[in-house]
Amino acid sequence: MTLSTSFIEDRSSAATLQAKVAVANPVEINDLTVAYRDKPVLQDVDLTIPEGKLAAIIGPNGAGKSTLLKAILGLVPVVAGSVQIYGRPYAEQRRLVGYVPQRSSVDWDFPTTALDVVMMGTYGRLGWIRRPGKAERDFAMHCLDQVGMARYADRQISQLSGGQQQRVFLARALAQDAQIYLMDEPFVGVDAVTERAIVALLQTLQHQGRTVVCVHHDLDSAPDYFDWVALLNVRLIASGPFESTFTAENLRKTYGGTMKAAIEHFQHFESDRLQMMGERRGDKGTRGQGDKGTER
Amino acid sequence: MELLRDLIFDYTLRNVALGSALLGVVSGVLGCFAVLRRQGLLGDALAHAALPGICIAYLLAHAKTQIVLLLGAAVAGWIATILLLQIVRHTRISEDGALGIVLSTFFAFGIVLLTFITKRSDAHQSGLDKFLFGQAAALVAEDVTTMAILGGVALAIVVLLYKEFKLLAFDAAFAASLGFNTNTLSVLLTSLIVIAVVIGLQTVGVVLMAAMLVGPAVAARQWTNRLSAMIVLAALFGALSGLAGALISVSDEGIPTGPMIILSLTAIALFSLLFAPERGLVWDAMRRRMQKAALAD
Repeated sequence: MTLSTSFIEDRSSAATLQAKVAVANPVEINDLTVAYRDKPVLQDVDLTIPEGKLAAIIGPNGAGKSTLLKAILGLVPVVAGSVQIYGRPYAEQRRLVGYVPQRSSVDWDFPTTALDVVMMGTYGRLGWIRRPGKAERDFAMHCLDQVGMARYADRQISQLSGGQQQRVFLARALAQDAQIYLMDEPFVGVDAVTERAIVALLQTLQHQGRTVVCVHHDLDSAPDYFDWVALLNVRLIASGPFESTFTAENLRKTYGGTMKAAIEHFQHFESDRLQMMGERRGDKGTRGQGDKGTER
Repeated sequence: MELLRDLIFDYTLRNVALGSALLGVVSGVLGCFAVLRRQGLLGDALAHAALPGICIAYLLAHAKTQIVLLLGAAVAGWIATILLLQIVRHTRISEDGALGIVLSTFFAFGIVLLTFITKRSDAHQSGLDKFLFGQAAALVAEDVTTMAILGGVALAIVVLLYKEFKLLAFDAAFAASLGFNTNTLSVLLTSLIVIAVVIGLQTVGVVLMAAMLVGPAVAARQWTNRLSAMIVLAALFGALSGLAGALISVSDEGIPTGPMIILSLTAIALFSLLFAPERGLVWDAMRRRMQKAALAD
């Protein structure tokens, strides 16, 4: 698939975008607490994600990973704390943030085509009432092409495989032409082709200087995809560069003593890491289910 | 041919047919969004909730001017919607549970008021009970004009905010992340459904109104994979059943229009469910049988 490195060229927004971006960190979260009724989902989370990182948010089920993304996007009521995007509230910086929700969050039997879904990514720029025109259509097509889905533009979305649907969601986020991408479990339940497409896309985005934050489940694959990590279990356990943060000690703190399987996963990963001291792994043969099978 | 001439020149038939077709178009279009948002029963709740509104409006205004009664219906429907949203938000009751509670409570209250009004010694026949099952035959030109204006406003708003409503129906969280106020959009869409319900009250009545919203949308979904086409088809199916119901009911004194509209609609929906290409059940069954046969070989 072709991955153009300049999909914001010729866009007048690019200049103002750079100006807005220069000052602060892409995402800065201070003392964030989110509760569902009286149960805290996130507590006192302080997290700063630096520019240009491929960041993973990792933690057990119910750790508040998706909620963290939603809190950044202002989709859930916040009990306390604040979120800033390049130093300002999200509401003022919407155009700089792209969002890929969990694939299972929508009804894929909705009567619409792949291209139409991708065009929804341009709706934010269009604002109220204005309809997408040829420019939006062409750009959406270009975004579909970036994830290798141009051929399926006119397919009804229920006739796509799970991986293809995921790529449509990614293309929709690309159509937002954002500086920060928040992705909720983009790797869940996808085929090998899609997995490769997503990895390539993440790298392209990074080369373009964009920041990506992914909620991620799979401890095995995480070291291959990301260079920065936040370990979360209601509270933030640790965050920082991958190598120094993704340690046995931190994982144990994140998953707790009961999460034996997670630790086993980690040991598995640790021995892998010893192996790869010399050679950087290209492909991993077997890939576990992460903590999927070890819910509380 | 005589029927066609009557349709154009017969005052009563023209009003009934026009009114019914209008209702079909408006409820067909709005029903699409209701069905796609899995709120098919919302129309049912709103229609039932309208009854006490009609009665209270009658008691307060001491008149059965159409516009006053419809205003009462709209206000009551709207209150029911807000109540519904609040119950879902603040309690652990699920949406269908809340729907059931609101629907039956409002309807029960409406029946109490209705009985009170009809039994009152001073009241001459109020004719309010026609709202229960509708009385399309009683539509006059003025009614049809009101329906056309209300429906026209509702349709114009759908055309204007098509992009926003589509996004809301497909992925509300994404819509919110883009900065569209989904609460406002949601309330607006529901208000438009209230308009459709109000238009339908005189024609098909409180009890059958839900079918008028759900039927055309379900039938239309069978034939297309595009929302725009689905909406146009639903409008067409709605209009067709409205017309058919009106025409069939004039052929014999004893046939009521409202129920006939719903039966025509059911026929269209049933045919669509069975025979539409791709999604039709008949083709589905045949495909499965052929696959089975192929496997058995």
